[in-house]
Amino acid sequence: MARRSAVIGIGQTDYRKQLELTLDGLVRWAALEAVADAGLTMADIDAVVVGKAPDALEGVMMPELSLCDALGAVGKPIHRVHTAGSVGASTAITGATLVESGRYERVLVVCYEKQSEGNATWALSGGRSGGQGAGGTFAPWIREYIRRSKAPEHIGWMVAVKDRLNALKNPHAHLHLPDITIDKVKESPMLWDPLHFLESCPSSDGAAAVVIASEDVARRAPHPPAWIIAHAKRTEFGSFPGRDTVRIQAGLDCAEALYKKAGITNPLEQIDCAEIYVPFSWYEPMWLEGHLITPEGEGWKLTEAGDTELAGRFPVNMSGGVLSSNAIGASGLIRCLEAANQVRGTAGDYQVDGARVALGHAYGGAAQYFAMWLVSSEIAPTF
Amino acid sequence: MAFPSRDVAIVATSQTPSYRHFDGPEPVMIMRCVNDLLSKTGLERKDLEFTIAGSCDYLSGLPFAFVQNIDGVGAWPPVYESHVEMDGAWALFEAWLRLQLGDIDVALVIGSGKSSPGRPREVFPLQTDPYVMAPLGLDPVSLAGIQARCLIDAGKATERDFASVVSRSRRDAMGNPNAQVAVDRSVDDLLGEPYYCEPLRRHDLPPISDGAAALVLAAGDRARALSSRPVWVTGMDHRIESHHPGLRDLTTSPSTALAAAEAGAGDGPVDVAELSVTYSPEEVVLREALGLSDAVTVNPSGGPLAGHPVMATGLVRVIEVANRIMAGSARRGVAHASSGPALQQNLVCVLQGGE
Repeated sequence: MARRSAVIGIGQTDYRKQLELTLDGLVRWAALEAVADAGLTMADIDAVVVGKAPDALEGVMMPELSLCDALGAVGKPIHRVHTAGSVGASTAITGATLVESGRYERVLVVCYEKQSEGNATWALSGGRSGGQGAGGTFAPWIREYIRRSKAPEHIGWMVAVKDRLNALKNPHAHLHLPDITIDKVKESPMLWDPLHFLESCPSSDGAAAVVIASEDVARRAPHPPAWIIAHAKRTEFGSFPGRDTVRIQAGLDCAEALYKKAGITNPLEQIDCAEIYVPFSWYEPMWLEGHLITPEGEGWKLTEAGDTELAGRFPVNMSGGVLSSNAIGASGLIRCLEAANQVRGTAGDYQVDGARVALGHAYGGAAQYFAMWLVSSEIAPTF
Repeated sequence: MAFPSRDVAIVATSQTPSYRHFDGPEPVMIMRCVNDLLSKTGLERKDLEFTIAGSCDYLSGLPFAFVQNIDGVGAWPPVYESHVEMDGAWALFEAWLRLQLGDIDVALVIGSGKSSPGRPREVFPLQTDPYVMAPLGLDPVSLAGIQARCLIDAGKATERDFASVVSRSRRDAMGNPNAQVAVDRSVDDLLGEPYYCEPLRRHDLPPISDGAAALVLAAGDRARALSSRPVWVTGMDHRIESHHPGLRDLTTSPSTALAAAEAGAGDGPVDVAELSVTYSPEEVVLREALGLSDAVTVNPSGGPLAGHPVMATGLVRVIEVANRIMAGSARRGVAHASSGPALQQNLVCVLQGGE
């Protein structure tokens, strides 16, 4: 029988360009903060799990080999996860699994990306397409969502503004755009119709880390734990005839499995807030629907009503989200740890009052990899 | 809490031959293994509750190369799966822990790689040249040469010992239909060859290979139902050493010794050991670290010197031990996988037949 696990320490670098830092320095910054937050030292860590997107983004092959010294992993197990854009959340889930298995008491999970080292759009195109990039992949699917849902075009602009305003409260965020407005978003250059420049994520550098611990250890931690009450992953082919690229089966299955594990029957009411991987504005309503938080066709109405704002009924991306910081390999872990920040009450100026259950989410590849977890201030919340 | 809380066993294995160049994409090799496993177990794809694969983008030179590999797994309807950018042996490690959670019973584990599209001696320095320094081009062959020199200087081995490893391994490989290099050459004959990277000769290096391997892992009664001869994973552990070769004693492998102790390798007799000896001098280091006497059969398959499908090589070691236990020719064995230059990171898996 699986035992329980919890996040007991969180560390983050700033997500601006970090030209003065090596990869070692970047990951160590986040790792040391997380370990200190957990009231531990590196010596207390049993195993390290590293996640990042393709090695080609920085040009260092299997970088866990060279980062093991900076991460205090010499003499320990170090494990490396790579599941495309979902990797940050996948790595968090692997870390939780390692603890839940009974094998380890304290696992350090570290994810990073240093996009200033390379050309992400080239790499995201598999190094072949001449720069279609992620936006070029997703734009037609977004247009299909708009056609089906009859969402007005300002929904994307609203998300772009909302997440950047949230980011003003987050000192780690890459983008701080205090003067952003709907007009500025819609007047910014069109990159991939309907996505404007300001509806797209930045290219960021940064590392994020969490310490995941067993129940025994978590109960002795100096700060409140974020109990990991459920996690789920699903994958499907990125391309095949008849694939529904808007309402994606793997995303539906993943959410269903997650809610079932947690005992959640009405996610919109029972989950207090969510950090969802939204690299392009329209993915907020698309994932609200695609992960069964709202009925089909209703996600954009939540956004339009202001319900996903920080003070709204179902706050989404309180930290500013991927639209404000996208250190790709870290982004999924940032979603997961920001969900943990909310239920620990450590989210600072972007804290949702009384958050009890929060969702952390990431997706990757051709919207074909999904990884999600639910954290709570209670070890076994009932709904 | 006692660990492991569940007995987990290998119930079926599959591997492609080691090819100098596989004339097709990597997912095809994976698909052959997966289909083979389904046929051997009678399972359907939906019965494989968790899939985890190990591969490396850099071998094929494509970011996200692993995404294509799910074509070989079969990801429709959607599947619960994950991927490590490590040898498939580490995928096995994660699957073994995943099955301890108790909610699922059957996992598919895969390792695959195609080294043939690139030049490994130019690709692998990307592990050893962190980008902040001027590239030194420190490649694995040169590091293996330095390790060999350290062994000779320490009086722990001679060039004849290295040639003996090669002679024995490639002769044993003649009985392995999946081997790429299988040949009967005497030690004296091998020692007559010129140096390639002194003190290494060309035959002290592994071949460049493409290949895939996979296995089905199952827990408890499900394992007993799926196989009349399940091979139990009684222990597994992995450890890493510093990235800086100058900070290590290359004549020893403390990470292997520690992993072996944690995995319980010494808790019983070892009938067979399959070790990731990618360069012949590594066998000397690994035998000592694992405490294997000369009586223990090492690499009866020929080992990586007979076929080295990087990212599957370690998982193949597990499979070779498991196959011998399934066949009844061994009762208990040790498999070893390695990553990084000069045995930087090492995994030890202990397997046992019977109850």
